[in-house]
Amino acid sequence: MTAGVVRDLLADLCQPADLRRLMGSGTAREDNRWAKIVEMGLAGVLVPESAGGLGLGAIDFVLTAEACGYSCLPEPLVENAGVALPLLAAVAPGHPALGRALDGELTVAVGHPCNQFVADADGAGLLLVERDGELHLLDRDAATLTAQPSVDPFRRLCSVDFDAGEATRVATASEAGAFLAQALDHGALFTAAQLLGIAQRCVDLAVAYAKDRQQFGKPIGTYQAVKHHLASAQVKIEFARPVLYAAAAALPQADVYSRARISHAKLVASEAADIAARTAIQVHGAMGYSWEVDVHFFLKRAIALDTWWGTPALHRQRVGERIFDARLGPENTFTKEFEDA
Amino acid sequence: MDLNYTEEQQRFRQEVRAWMEEHVPDAPLPSFDASREGFEAHREWERTLNEGRWGMVTWPESYGGRGLDLIQWLIFEEEYYRAGAPLRVNQNGIFLLGPTLMEYGTAEQKARFLTAMASGDEIWAQAWSEPQAGSDLAAVKSTATRDGDDYLLKGHKIWSSRAVFADWAFGLFRTDPESQRHKGLSLVFFKLDAPGVRVQPIPQIDGESGFAEIFLEDVRVPAFNRLGDEGQGWSICMATAGFERGLMLRSPARFQVAARKLVELYKAHRNDVEATTRDAVMRCVLDADAYALSIYSTASRLAAGGHIGAEASTNKIFWSEMDIAMHKAALAILGAHAELLRAAPAAGDVGRWLDGYFFSLAGPIYAGSNEIQRNIIAERLLGLPRA
Repeated sequence: MTAGVVRDLLADLCQPADLRRLMGSGTAREDNRWAKIVEMGLAGVLVPESAGGLGLGAIDFVLTAEACGYSCLPEPLVENAGVALPLLAAVAPGHPALGRALDGELTVAVGHPCNQFVADADGAGLLLVERDGELHLLDRDAATLTAQPSVDPFRRLCSVDFDAGEATRVATASEAGAFLAQALDHGALFTAAQLLGIAQRCVDLAVAYAKDRQQFGKPIGTYQAVKHHLASAQVKIEFARPVLYAAAAALPQADVYSRARISHAKLVASEAADIAARTAIQVHGAMGYSWEVDVHFFLKRAIALDTWWGTPALHRQRVGERIFDARLGPENTFTKEFEDA
Repeated sequence: MDLNYTEEQQRFRQEVRAWMEEHVPDAPLPSFDASREGFEAHREWERTLNEGRWGMVTWPESYGGRGLDLIQWLIFEEEYYRAGAPLRVNQNGIFLLGPTLMEYGTAEQKARFLTAMASGDEIWAQAWSEPQAGSDLAAVKSTATRDGDDYLLKGHKIWSSRAVFADWAFGLFRTDPESQRHKGLSLVFFKLDAPGVRVQPIPQIDGESGFAEIFLEDVRVPAFNRLGDEGQGWSICMATAGFERGLMLRSPARFQVAARKLVELYKAHRNDVEATTRDAVMRCVLDADAYALSIYSTASRLAAGGHIGAEASTNKIFWSEMDIAMHKAALAILGAHAELLRAAPAAGDVGRWLDGYFFSLAGPIYAGSNEIQRNIIAERLLGLPRA
């Protein structure tokens, strides 16, 4: 239900024309749109009710993340609500900043060892960053940020330097491991969701063009060479989607099976986005290589997210732990490591 | 999609498992496409299944089934393939024609054909294609001419799976000689040993004869053998390609079991294969899981009253390409042994991977070529214009 509302809002406020306007302004947040998103009260969607959130599950947010990918949303809804605030709530449930973040007054950016840089650090109020296995929480202004421009104009990547110490530490190395593992699961899952949304958008853009563009006296979409490219991309999407939803449902298990499924989702969603983006460019012909056609926004986001929250190599390793060391076969499609999970 | 099997579903799984452990033959049966002996051995297995009322678990009890839902069917299939039970020699009947009969048949037709189908007493071949009507199925020319209470069938069918040893065939015939294309077609059944029927086996790549040509010369069949109305053949034929076929033609368990065997093969050879093989093996396991998750999700949607759409086409492309990839991975692991026949003294654990590889190459062709499936996806799912 929430996802439908987000989808409608983004269809209204986050079209390629909006992206181009924002790109011209040199920023990555459009205040009116972000205010409307904040008003929806989604920041605490995954934060437990005991910590002031809505207490919903990953399955409730995955469609929203997909919609964010579909519209190439610049603002950090997915990172903030999907990863950072659940992490902050787990690490420091009573922290006063959590309430402000839930109210939408500020966003939190996460520095996780699986990501080389911190996204949206310059727009965040707080940074929650791993150093030497520990977790540290600090004001954005207490850190030295070095911008690392990304090919995606709306990703604000930074290297973060700060003085880590008692004052900033919110989790010791022995405590932080479980938090970081959970953040990786959230991050990978919702990145997969965005990638799936990107993939579908690329196919949809190409289909619209193929219906319109005429060559040899007919729309190019009547030709099998074009149809088959698009059908193959759609098949990739159709078989990534059920994995994504199953991964969202399995996330709370936090076992070898759920980790493998989340990684599976990330791998295939990223492949779907890659194939769909390249197919969309090919179907647009020379226009596809132009700045004018919108496909490149999605191509660039797909490139960026491919290694975000875990490289394909990392996710293949997690998948391998299940395939080579745990139970397989048709009776184990939905197996859990712990039966009460 | 998450699933916590209910206690009832878990009990059902145990019941299937116990029965399979007791009844599945220890040694694999000889191929049903290579000899009469192998075919009849599979018929015996179908009879054994039916005695346990496992022939078609989703069918109503009155036709030899158990009236179970699709999730239970998936569980049954999982245990069936897990146990290494024989392939279903009557799949044309039970998976294709059966569900179509259930929907379009009269009460008399259902009573006449379904029970004998579930029991294996009557094994079915399909007779869609003709020499000039393959992917362009609407070009069929074979005719069924009304003669009193009968039809006279005349024509030439080809690529008819199981026709060499089967008892019956169902096929698409032109009942209106003036008609063109999709109109004027009817679905008619005939016995393969009826006067005027000549079956000519076609040897395949692997030397077996899984399909045949059928020559029909004034073959007399009662009008009772027509399914649905005259002229309704095309839409019935498309319905056959719908719900049950999209779901049932290849159940996910088959690939998940193959994927597990592939992992075992890899583990046995992991020190002498190149590093990329590991990724190829993992990809096969993931794809088999993705296919299973997709089918579970479709089954749940259908149970909630949905209809199968272009999934029948996306599924077919996905499993057929996955099946090839699995066998390619296995052959890569086997290395220099991959080409050896099982009879070779040095064959070792070559198993049936090479046979499976050959068969996998047919996957993108039969049941509607993958090119046709991609057209369907492009036109019906994506809304691209027809040529």
